[in-house]
Formats: sequence, structure tokens, C-alpha cells
Amino acid sequence: MTLKLTSMAVAAVMAASPVLADLVFPSMSYRTGPYAAGGIPFADGYADYFTMLNARDGGIGGVMTAVPECETGYNTEKGVECYESLKGGGGLVYQPLSTGITYQLIPKTTADDIPMHTMGYGRTSAKNGEVFTHTFNYPANYWDGASGAINYLLAENGGDLNGKKIALVYHNSAYGKEPIRTLTELSAKHGFEFKEVPVDHPGQEQKSQWLQIRRDKPDYVIMYGWGVMNQVAIQEAANIRFPMENFIGVWWSGSENDVLAAGDAANGYKALTFHGVGSDFPVFADIQTHVVDAGNAAGAGDQIGTVLYNRGLYAAMLAAEAAKTAQEIHGVAQINASQMRDGMEALEITEEKMAALGLPNFGPSFKVSCQNHGGDGMVGVTQWDASTKTWSLISDFAATDKELIDGLIAEDSAAYASENNITPECK
Amino acid sequence: MNEQLAFTIEVFANGLMAGVLYALVALGFVLIYKASGIFNYAQGVMALFAAMTLVGIQNGQVPFSHLINAIFGTDIHKFGWSVHSFLAIILTVFVMIALAWAVQRFVFRHLVGQEPIILFMATIGLAYFLEGVADLMWGSELKALNVCAAEGACLPQGMNMWLEGTTYEALGYGFFIDNLDIVASIIAAILVIGLVMFAQYTKQGRAMRAVADDHQAALSVGVSLNFIWILVWSLAGFVALVAGIMWGAKSGVQFSLSLIALKALPVLMLGGFTSIPGAIVGGLIIGVGEKLFEFLIGAPFLGGATENWFAYMLALLFLVFRPQGLFGEKIIERV
Repeated sequence: MTLKLTSMAVAAVMAASPVLADLVFPSMSYRTGPYAAGGIPFADGYADYFTMLNARDGGIGGVMTAVPECETGYNTEKGVECYESLKGGGGLVYQPLSTGITYQLIPKTTADDIPMHTMGYGRTSAKNGEVFTHTFNYPANYWDGASGAINYLLAENGGDLNGKKIALVYHNSAYGKEPIRTLTELSAKHGFEFKEVPVDHPGQEQKSQWLQIRRDKPDYVIMYGWGVMNQVAIQEAANIRFPMENFIGVWWSGSENDVLAAGDAANGYKALTFHGVGSDFPVFADIQTHVVDAGNAAGAGDQIGTVLYNRGLYAAMLAAEAAKTAQEIHGVAQINASQMRDGMEALEITEEKMAALGLPNFGPSFKVSCQNHGGDGMVGVTQWDASTKTWSLISDFAATDKELIDGLIAEDSAAYASENNITPECK
Repeated sequence: MNEQLAFTIEVFANGLMAGVLYALVALGFVLIYKASGIFNYAQGVMALFAAMTLVGIQNGQVPFSHLINAIFGTDIHKFGWSVHSFLAIILTVFVMIALAWAVQRFVFRHLVGQEPIILFMATIGLAYFLEGVADLMWGSELKALNVCAAEGACLPQGMNMWLEGTTYEALGYGFFIDNLDIVASIIAAILVIGLVMFAQYTKQGRAMRAVADDHQAALSVGVSLNFIWILVWSLAGFVALVAGIMWGAKSGVQFSLSLIALKALPVLMLGGFTSIPGAIVGGLIIGVGEKLFEFLIGAPFLGGATENWFAYMLALLFLVFRPQGLFGEKIIERV
């Protein structure tokens, strides 16, 4: 009886684990809890892209891919547990999808020689690859977001923000506070008045903050929110009749989830992005044929083309391209995590490559290097049309204030290196 | 009018409105605690479950569709019809009554006579179970909530223009009050009057009060504890539905809706766990207190975002001087 039970347990573990010959891209998802509405489409997009690669191309370089999922619930402790439990499965790259989890995993992944990709979140100064050897945050980071928003407003105002008032409504957490330093520096540089308006987690009640904005009458509001905070903020902005076209959210405040609840009142709201919107790209036809029609979609198939689905798909595409680069560098198809790190560090995304992948003009071109794990920080702006319920890209992916941001990154990463006795060097 | 004074009055008025919304959540806690001595940790999740059920019924969503599709390989998600808000609310109330029956039949009937901490732990389990069921039943995606009496007559959102115009003409500053908050205040007032009248003037209400006063005595005169507890959980379910509608109309219906319970805790600590008027007064004090503190001290001197901790600090202060809350019953245990 004991033998039978043991055999059954071993069989169950074998069935649940990815085949060791697969290229494993673990998905640290959150399909439950308060932030599930944002976590589900990202996880679906991430999984569907690899499913498509398997069905259409036979995997990457002839090796099939596997995407084991672990539910983090957007909770830091659970996220670390997920990393530890997935580690044994030979994961090539981890995408923790949470700034809190990222901070915990930076030393762990470095010690384990496993790369981590924190696309548009996490520790901004991880862009300095000489200090953060195993953390990558291309193609853009929080500080790029702050600078991108200001650059966009500069363009809107003929290059002059002197005397303007700009408020930052932010999630009162490590994530939400990230752009404060950058915006403070930018306000000194461009002469605008900068005002901070924090919102406590979860952000279900924001009356005080929006009454304050009504009194202060800022010209523009930038938002760094997540989850329910976004929906409530947009509704409250509409309530005080703040002009939506002067309200810009970072990319984590710019999905369909954030605007649909406010209905027509959200019309004209803007958000930053580092990737394309909508489903008008050739790759979606392949997703439909090889994934959805084949009955292999990760979700119900109803999230395709939404902002967060596209972000998940984009993250998967970047991971797949880095894996291909790693295969080329090391001359083997069955790469390991250490080799994947090398592939990520040598990744180059060009428009030609994107077009060939069925994603023309979907994202900016960029090149990763040992010194630069964050790409070129190109940021675009999207705008919500409530009547058609669609986002449109209303600007090109434009460069951010590299001089200022690189200075801040050098300062912050040097402090981290000093605290952790790290000698900056290329691995 | 002095600008600072005008701002303060506006913040005060909005604090009152916010307090009503907190009180709506706290009412559900009070109803169950008063009748059965159970601190219902699941009250926030009940609001979430009720709001999700309402939207699901309104939109003609097939419950458990993901599960059904996964098991049977089907691809069904919607019935293809939409249900009028009024009918959807009635159907949701029936679902909440069924839930109350199930909770009583399968959980609390087996825990009669247990220590309060055991009953509290059971409600923690119930909260997580209910959250999982809500996820399986209606999905995790965010849903817009729109309750309409007729075409074009939905729950109002946005600034009350009449009030703004009138105050501007009279005082030189137009006050902001959200239309939804005004509606919530009216509904909360009707709800409290209804609950008080139900408790005072109906047979079931009197039985409910008898159970609240003394279980054993009520039992000895023929009151069915089982029925009363189902009744109380049903009423709490109804209150949860109202709270879910009001909060869900602001933010859409999503899983973070269950966190509104966090806003009710300081209200309960302040108003007392056993008093319906206490929940209302407590809500108003917390609402006004946290908003004024944020406006006068928090934002100018402490960097803002002080409301959450200030509400608990205020409640803690009251606890120190009046542990049973403003309207709660003083507990005297003879040894």
C-alpha cells in the first residue's frame, strides 16, 4: 500500500513538472485576490505566446517551451515561495510582476545565477548591470515613465512648463514613491511646481485627495497607481470635472480595467506605455489560429488585444528572443539559466526583428548591454476613447531625459553596491 | 466667506458622506454580532459576493461557466439576456438568503456553544471559502456596476451641480458633494429606519431582540434560534448587497471590494459592536475625523495619506476611555 501511494505521488509530481528537456519560462501570476483583474490578462498573454511558439514553430530553436504557473496573489511572501518552488524546475527567467517581490528576489536570483526580468517595474537602478548583474528592466523603468510624462507635457506646451502646476497622485508604497525624486529634479529643471498627493492602499476611498486637487487646481495630474486605486481615481477626477486629457497615468494605470468602471467620464484619459495597443498586429492572427481556435488559450480568450494581455505577450516575446540570442551565443539549443542571462544581456530588438515576429511598430528598438540592463527607456502615450472602448497610441515612442535618469541610477546603484559590498563589474 | 473656512466646511461635509459609506459596511457586522455574538470577518467578502452576484445576474452571466467549460469542454459564458436592475436585486437577495441558510446549516449549527474565538475563526474560513466561490462562480475580472431604475435613470455619479451653484452664489465658493454619496446617505437612512422599525414592530424583529438579549431565555419561550440566525445573516447579506452596490458603483466590482471591511473596523470600535445607531454615529465621527485630520494636519505637515491610520488611532482613543464603544453594551462578567 505504501509503495503504491509512493508510486502515485511520484507519478503526480512527474506529471505536474515540466519535462526537463523543455525551455522553462515560469509564470509568477496572480489570478486571485484584489489585483486579479490586472494579473489575469498578463498571465494569459505570457502563456499564449509560448503556446503559439510551440504550435507554430516547434518551440524555440527546436526545443519546446513550458510555462509552469505559480500563484503569488501579488503577495511578497507568496512570491518568494513561488520562486523557491519553481526554481527546481529549471526556470530560465523569472518575471515576479511585483516591485515588492522583485526587491526580495534581487539577491536570491543573483546568488542562484538566474536572471530576472522586471519590465516597467521593480528597482529602477537595476538598469545598471554592473551592480545588478542578474536583474533586467528593459525596455523602460519608472523614472523613464516620469520623464516621459514630463517630455510629453513639454511638447504639449511648446517646450515650456514654467509656472505650471503638476500633481503626482501615487500609491503610498515603494512603487508609488519611485517617481518622486525624478519629478522633483525635473520640476527644478523645467520650472514647474510639483505637488505630491499620496493615496493609501488599497485606494478605495480618495475623497480627501481629490478635494485637495480641486482646491490646488493643478494643470496636470500624473498617476502612479495600481488596482482599485486607478478606477477610483479616474472616477473621482471625473467627479470634480478635472479635464481627462490633462490626467496621465503610468503604464500600470492605463489598462481597460482602469477606465471601464468610470464609463463615458473616462473619455480622453491618457496613459504612458512602452508597447503597442490593440490587436491590429499579424501575431494575433497566429495566436487565434494556433492557440485560441485550437482550444489551448490560457484563459477564456476574451482578453486578447487588451493592454495587459499585450504586455504579457510582449514580455514573453522578449524572453523568447533572449533565449534565441542565448542559443546563438552558446551554440546549444537546450540553454540553462546562466546562459539565458547572457542572452538577455546581448539582446537587441530592432524594428526589422519586430516586424518579422508579426509585431511591427509594437515597441521601441533597443539594445541591452552589460552596463545597460534597461534599454533606451523609450516611452509613448496612449489615450482612451470611451465610445469605442479602445486605447490609441497618440505619440511615438520618444526618448526620456537620459542625462538626468542615468545620473540618478548611478547614484542609487552605487549606494546599493556599497551597502551590499558589491564591486561593480561586467560578469 | 474666508477660503480656508469654506474648504473646512466642504471637507467636513464630505467626511460625513464618507462616514455614511463606512457605516453601511459596519451595519452588517453589528447585526450579526448583536444577535449571535459572532464577529463576522466575512462581512466584506459578503459585500463582494453580493455585488458580483448582482452584476452577474444583470449581465446574464452563466455562473461557474469557467468550471463547466473546463469539465465538459463547452464554451458557454452568457445566457444571452440581461436582467433589469430591480429584478436582479431581488434575485440577489434570494441568493444571499440561500447563503445565510447554508452558513447556518453547514457551519454555525455545528458550532453552537463554542467559544467566541472558534466562531470568529469559522468566519475567517468562511471569508476565504466565499471568495473562492465568488471567483469560480463569476470570474475575477473587473465588472462595471450600473444600477438603473429605468433607461437613463441610473445611480448618479459626479458633482451635485445644484449644491455647487447655490453655495457659490451664497458664499462665493461652490461646495463639492458627490451625487452618489447623497444617494448613499438617503439609502443608509432608509435602511437604518427600516431595520429599527423591523426590530421594534414585527414579531420576528422582537424575537431577534430577544435572542440578542439572552439566547437561553429566548429559547425557553419558544423562539427558534435557528430561524433567527438565518434571518440575521440574511439581513446582514442584504446590508452587504447595499454596501457592495454603493462601493462597487465607484470602483467597479472587483476582489478588492472585500477590503472595505477594513474601513468598518474603526467604526465598530468607536460606535460599539452591538448598536445600529452606534454604527451610524461611529461612521460619521470616523469619516469627519479622518478627513479633517488629513486636511488640517496630515496633508500640510505629515506628507498626507494619514486617513487609514488616523481612523484606527481615533478608535483606539475611544477604546481606552470607553471599551464598549460609544453605544455598546457594557459587559459585566460576574466571577
